[in-house]
Amino acid sequence: MIPLPEEEYRQLSELQHFAFCRRQWALIHVEQQWGENLRTIEGEILHERAHDEQKTEHRGDLLIVHGLRVVSHQLQATGVCDIVEFRRSPDGVSLYGQEGLWKPRPVEYKRGRPKTHDADELQLCGQAVCLEEMLCCEITEGDLFYGEPHRRTAVSFTPQLRARVADLLREMNSLFQKGYTPKATPGKFCSACSLKDVCLPQLKRAPTVTDYLASHAREEKS
Amino acid sequence: MKRLLNTLFVLSEDSYLALENENIVIWGEEGKRGQFPLLGLESVFSFSYKGASPALLGACTKRGIGFTFLTPNGRFLARACGAAQGNVLLRKTQYRISDDPNQSCFAARCFIFGKLYNSRWCLERTVRDHGLRVNVEALKRSASFLSATAAEALKETNLDTLRGWEGQAATEYFRVFNEMILNQKKDFFFTVRSRRPPLDCVNAMLSFGYSLLASDCAAALESVGLDSYVGFLHRDRPGRESLALDLMEELRSVFVDRFVITLINTKQILPKQFDKMEDGAVLLNDVGRKTFLNVWQTRKREQITHPYLQEKMQWGLVPYVQALLLARWLRGDLDAYPPFLWK
Ligand code: SF4
Repeated sequence: MIPLPEEEYRQLSELQHFAFCRRQWALIHVEQQWGENLRTIEGEILHERAHDEQKTEHRGDLLIVHGLRVVSHQLQATGVCDIVEFRRSPDGVSLYGQEGLWKPRPVEYKRGRPKTHDADELQLCGQAVCLEEMLCCEITEGDLFYGEPHRRTAVSFTPQLRARVADLLREMNSLFQKGYTPKATPGKFCSACSLKDVCLPQLKRAPTVTDYLASHAREEKS
Repeated sequence: MKRLLNTLFVLSEDSYLALENENIVIWGEEGKRGQFPLLGLESVFSFSYKGASPALLGACTKRGIGFTFLTPNGRFLARACGAAQGNVLLRKTQYRISDDPNQSCFAARCFIFGKLYNSRWCLERTVRDHGLRVNVEALKRSASFLSATAAEALKETNLDTLRGWEGQAATEYFRVFNEMILNQKKDFFFTVRSRRPPLDCVNAMLSFGYSLLASDCAAALESVGLDSYVGFLHRDRPGRESLALDLMEELRSVFVDRFVITLINTKQILPKQFDKMEDGAVLLNDVGRKTFLNVWQTRKREQITHPYLQEKMQWGLVPYVQALLLARWLRGDLDAYPPFLWK
């Protein structure tokens, strides 16, 4: 892997776009094309970044850190965790300025309902990998919290999920470095895509331009 | 496909535009003349010499609302664009191609093919629709010249030769242009293209229409992240929106020429809607400009099927879609640029 300067690391939140559609991700992050849906997407991006400055809450054996910035050099990615819960536990790690040992668990809040694809799990797992690297510990589980229904779902960070996170980030970093936008592979999910008008997924069905021009040129002669 | 939003035309030449909350407020001597929410607005054309506040321009560019300044007579002055979109890779490709005569020609011949194809079909359509009233032979002769030239242009690899083809074709097309005018022939006639200033009513309308179309094309190009000043067919010249002029070539006849001819033939525009200046210039007067813009707006909302994408859309979106297709070619999604071929 090419070593990247830290400021060029991918954001973990980009995993959502990437897992949804590689082309959508590239249109947003490589090409910065967001057309008329600027505000829809901007809304999403703002939400992703609208974490308050980091703050810590104590609740007995629970320590809650909001808006923690995390980074993984192995993944070449950074991000911000909505919430990391530290629970007092004998198999935890020591934290500077805190007595005892603490076990971390990332929790991510999502508006709306669980998605049909694994974008949220990927992002959460990415956060866990960052935390592991920063705290030198192992994290096996985290939680996704959906606004609709008001419920927590536990996510376990399996070797498969971790491998997928690493693979996707590697691919994302390499596409970004090359400035390459993958071709459209349109599907049903396009109807939920706010970049449809910029992507033009129907190009996939269109004839080549050479054929288009040639057929019109023939008609010119006739 | 995306939808066309509203366009605000500010016609009174002494209006001043400012931002108030999320609204454009139009100020005159007497106070507030009106106000319009930014939401749902696609572009603003101001024909007022008093201008607009920087805050308003900032708000418009940030929301992708095109803002164009024209003289009260409709000549293009300037267009506001904000901090450039971050699509630096696309722009660099555009510059590289613009610097390379071969690749520029590859793009330019698509524009020219589109231009000749569309002009040809304008003539053919007149023959088809009004065969009994027009000089069919003359129109047919020019149409077949355009057709043959178009086929040549598509193979051309030399930019200068290509421009030569284009010049000849334009001469041929304008030679029979007057044939397409069927009504009010005493007041509306076309002999030769005159630009600065336009010397007759037809030229006045053509100039006005081209000016609007050029602004639409420039705004469309900027909105997809291209630099409207760096062209392939038109070479760089400071202050000239060369790429907008390139893109406009294929749209002139179908967008403007036919529109002007229809206005005349259906008597929607009348001789009294023009003013003659001391220097011989002929210009649309206030009433004329209003009529022109009203019909222009209605026309933009008509539905068509895009000949390449085979998708329904509004006429007014065509410049945007063509700009997008140009960007998609530059980014390597398409093997060439597909011009808008209309018949
Ligand atoms: S329209 Fe479809 S292919 Fe294009 S970016 Fe959106 S989801 Fe991806």
